[in-house]
Amino acid sequence: MISVRDIHKSYGQLEVIKGVSFDVTPGEVVCVIGPSGSGKSTILRCLNGLETYQKGEVRIDGQLIDPSARSIIALRQRVSMVFQRFNLFPHRTALENVMEGPVYVKGMERKAARDLAAMYLEKVGLGDKMQNFPDNLSGGQQQRVAIARALAMEPEAILFDEPTSALDPELVGDVLGVMRQVAEEGMTMVVVTHEMGFAREVADRVLFLEGGTIVEEGTAQEVLRNPKELRTQDFLHRVLHPLD
Amino acid sequence: MLSAFERASEYLPVLLQGVWLTIAVTLLSLLISTVLGLIWAVMGRSNFLPFRVFSRTFITVIRGLPIIVQLFYIYFVLPEIGINLTAFQAGVFGMGIAYSAYQAENFRAGFEAIDRGQIEAAHSIGMKDSLILRRVILPQAFRISLPPYGNTMIMMLKDSSLVSTITVAELTRQGQLIAASTFDNMTVFSLVAVIYLLMALPLTYLTHRLERRYKKT
Ligand SMILES: Nc1ncnc2c1ncn2[C@@H]1O[C@H](COP(=O)(O)OP(=O)(O)OP(=O)(O)O)[C@@H](O)[C@H]1O
Ligand SMILES: [Mg+2]
Repeated sequence: MISVRDIHKSYGQLEVIKGVSFDVTPGEVVCVIGPSGSGKSTILRCLNGLETYQKGEVRIDGQLIDPSARSIIALRQRVSMVFQRFNLFPHRTALENVMEGPVYVKGMERKAARDLAAMYLEKVGLGDKMQNFPDNLSGGQQQRVAIARALAMEPEAILFDEPTSALDPELVGDVLGVMRQVAEEGMTMVVVTHEMGFAREVADRVLFLEGGTIVEEGTAQEVLRNPKELRTQDFLHRVLHPLD
Repeated sequence: MLSAFERASEYLPVLLQGVWLTIAVTLLSLLISTVLGLIWAVMGRSNFLPFRVFSRTFITVIRGLPIIVQLFYIYFVLPEIGINLTAFQAGVFGMGIAYSAYQAENFRAGFEAIDRGQIEAAHSIGMKDSLILRRVILPQAFRISLPPYGNTMIMMLKDSSLVSTITVAELTRQGQLIAASTFDNMTVFSLVAVIYLLMALPLTYLTHRLERRYKKT
């Protein structure tokens, strides 16, 4: 359903994406791993038109993602995103954050949107926090609201950019748990993460990105347990045994 | 010889006529400066380069000119190119335009305090720019801009006295006229000062409350 063909992207002289291609089929969970600065966020942001690119194309069900075209607005409703820093609207309650898209983007009636938002907040385990403002929620709770906000758009796919990197360690589990549940219910997901445990358990496929290219890709088993490329082995070793 | 108190009560009705004009000039120019200031601030963040250039240039020029010169320009120069305004109209527009530059800077600060991530999040659920402005940016910018806005109101109240220089018969001008005919400078200008203070006090109080209320969050 998502197809990426030979994407190139530069900031001035610096080429940060050097020809990346991959496909994501419906219901698939793809994890993207790689060192800092390898272009993981940039690739992800190309998938819903938050980032422009100079060459190549991204298609959602055959429809071209063109950040400068008017059609991008409609396409973004089909591919929502969860960010490292949550990015909730601080002047609105958890419930209002989740209702915002259904009411103002989809034109749903407030009552129906409220029920929908409450349903998704229950689902991420925050049924009792609906009236809280983001300031009064922990990082893990904020991120779960952000996931509910993405789910409430009832998208065909959700992009996650290091959703647990800004969290205290003891809060990571709750968020990953919700993500696993969403994955099990068949959502198409592209997840940039450093959580190798999550990738191993939940990912159908893993892409290892370095220096703006895909160095290795395969099933979680292949890439994480028996990496063929030396660079993948190095990276995994550094992540799993940081003190060596 | 009348006592100072009796003289004051003699001047008061005339001064109060001036008060109404002071309030009218302040409120109308506040309205104009707010609307224009918002327009400049929104143009300043536009993706369209000419809008940004226009907004930046306009604000820089206006801030670099004394308000009194702007008033003279509107009242004395514009008629030469066929634009005739009454003194009151010239005063209101002059003050409104002059202060729109300060309002724009205030609103801009409010806009900039909003984290880019929120705007991206809004994009990611399919909101378009106008909707993001209305639902995400303006409500938050409003809260941030409100306390400085109170200060601007007080400044405008005081600076409305500048329109006396183009013959608008507001409070300061009425004071000058009475003083010129009675030579009772002491009583007249003390009275004028007290009246300004009485008008400014509620605004000061309001601003303090807003500051306290929005500093917390
Ligand atoms: N706005 C920008 N201007 C210039 N260079 C940028 C910009 N944004 C990102 N880059 C560069 O592009 C490269 C890829 O960045 P990207 O954020 O995609 O990396 P990443 O893999 O997500 O890293 P991290 O794990 O630290 O989040 C980096 O070298 C970064 O410095
Ligand atoms: Mg990143």
